[in-house]
Amino acid sequence: MSLLEVRGLRAGYGIVEVLFGIDLDVDAGELVVVLGANGSGKTTTLRAISGMIAGRGEVTFDGSALIGRRPDQIVGAGIAHVPQGRGTINDLTVLENLRIGAWTRRDGDVDTDIEQWCTTFPRLGERRDQAAGSMSGGEQQMLAIARAFMSRPRLLLLDEPSLGLAPLVTAEVFARLREITTSTGTAVLLVEQNANLALDFAGRAYVLEAGEIVAAGPASQLRHDETVRKAYLGI
Amino acid sequence: MTDFLQVLFVGIGDGAIYAMLGLGLVVIYRSTGLLNFAQGEMAMFSTFVVWTVWDLGVPLPLAVLAGMAGGFAIGALVHQVAVAPVGDPHERPLAVVMVTIGLFVGLNGLAQLIWGTLDRELPPLFGTGQVTIAGVAIGWQKIGAVIVLAVLALGFWLLFQRTGLGLAMRAVASNSESASLVGVPVPRLLMLGWGLAAAVGTVAGVFTAPGRGLGSNLMQLTLIFGFAAITLGGFDSLLGAVIGGFVVGIASSVVPQYVPGFEKIPLAPAFILILAVLLFRPQGLFGRQQVRRV
Repeated sequence: MSLLEVRGLRAGYGIVEVLFGIDLDVDAGELVVVLGANGSGKTTTLRAISGMIAGRGEVTFDGSALIGRRPDQIVGAGIAHVPQGRGTINDLTVLENLRIGAWTRRDGDVDTDIEQWCTTFPRLGERRDQAAGSMSGGEQQMLAIARAFMSRPRLLLLDEPSLGLAPLVTAEVFARLREITTSTGTAVLLVEQNANLALDFAGRAYVLEAGEIVAAGPASQLRHDETVRKAYLGI
Repeated sequence: MTDFLQVLFVGIGDGAIYAMLGLGLVVIYRSTGLLNFAQGEMAMFSTFVVWTVWDLGVPLPLAVLAGMAGGFAIGALVHQVAVAPVGDPHERPLAVVMVTIGLFVGLNGLAQLIWGTLDRELPPLFGTGQVTIAGVAIGWQKIGAVIVLAVLALGFWLLFQRTGLGLAMRAVASNSESASLVGVPVPRLLMLGWGLAAAVGTVAGVFTAPGRGLGSNLMQLTLIFGFAAITLGGFDSLLGAVIGGFVVGIASSVVPQYVPGFEKIPLAPAFILILAVLLFRPQGLFGRQQVRRV
């Protein structure tokens, strides 16, 4: 059984349906990407999994059903979500952002973890007492990822980390993310428009089109799939 | 000189009350980004609760604590049944503001229904005694107001800056969606904020009532001064509410006394202060200007 199992997920905003029955799986420690154009429902998929919007269908995490549970309960179950636009809590300092990331934890290692993340991302350490909203986009993205890992998740939902970042910065973010997931064994469900980058990072990929999965398979295979290449890789 | 000090101390005593109400306004502004027009009426209502408990024979300090607990319950209930169902205040600010104006009218009417339209007498919490400093007699009630304000402000500061709960409340204020995504139960913390704001408002009401008589219009003037205080100090600053409260209190007491023409319009200094602040420093003296990179 997979860590995350999504079956027939439907969701939308008000009367507008965006997802028309999505099936996807993420195994423990696996890196999975969902590709798709603007408006295909990538962000909606993540928001429905993390409980930010109501979804219908089945979402099972580690054997327990998530549909109908509140976002804070879903975080407590072990799913962290870095939203599109990074979700920086602007008025808190870097340290406070990290600390609030550990809200669901009740163990005594929070301070140790904060120090560890400040070492992993030295820029965060240098700017620990600075208001998070005043940092650059790349720094905010790293903060968002570190904050998500502060909850010690088993699954990270990551929404368009490359958005608005320079290519070099994006490359660094992905390199760091790979190191972190290798050492922590955290599974990642990534949503990206930058297909080349995402297929390098992930082991498996889904292609979403107008709210439905139209292709799925190993990243190496999808990279050579003719329709995927035309539609998403621009080559 | 003695006259001036007398007027000054009156201003400081009043200012402490405005600051207390201002603290409640700041707490709600921080969580919703909105002015709570019902803040004064929530305070009036829970001051009636204090009066009712006191009238049953309970010592006044205990009655005040009971009223604060009652105020907390009223604030939390108001949030649950009237504010939260309207939607996210960051997305529908006008709807939520209209709700607080509706609550203003509704709580006022409800208080008249329960306690009638005749003013009640609530004795001063610190008695009617006076102490003479530099030849000026100062009521213990005024000194008490300043001390209580200091305790409340310090308590709020410790809550927001030194506890995990306060950190979560600040996170909700800054970005409620992200707070939710790290596992903070946002609706419950918003409810807590409304409860705390109403509880601190109770104390403002308890200090206002002895001079003015406890009626359903108890806090209406005080609310105006409270708005002036936080406009001056900055909507999101606890320290600003305290300083702003004192400045508005002192200005409202001193100016009508010494500036010809103002004796007939005692509210004017507060409005002039609001206007001046909005013109020259819209974020207030201690308010934070929004820093955001996109």
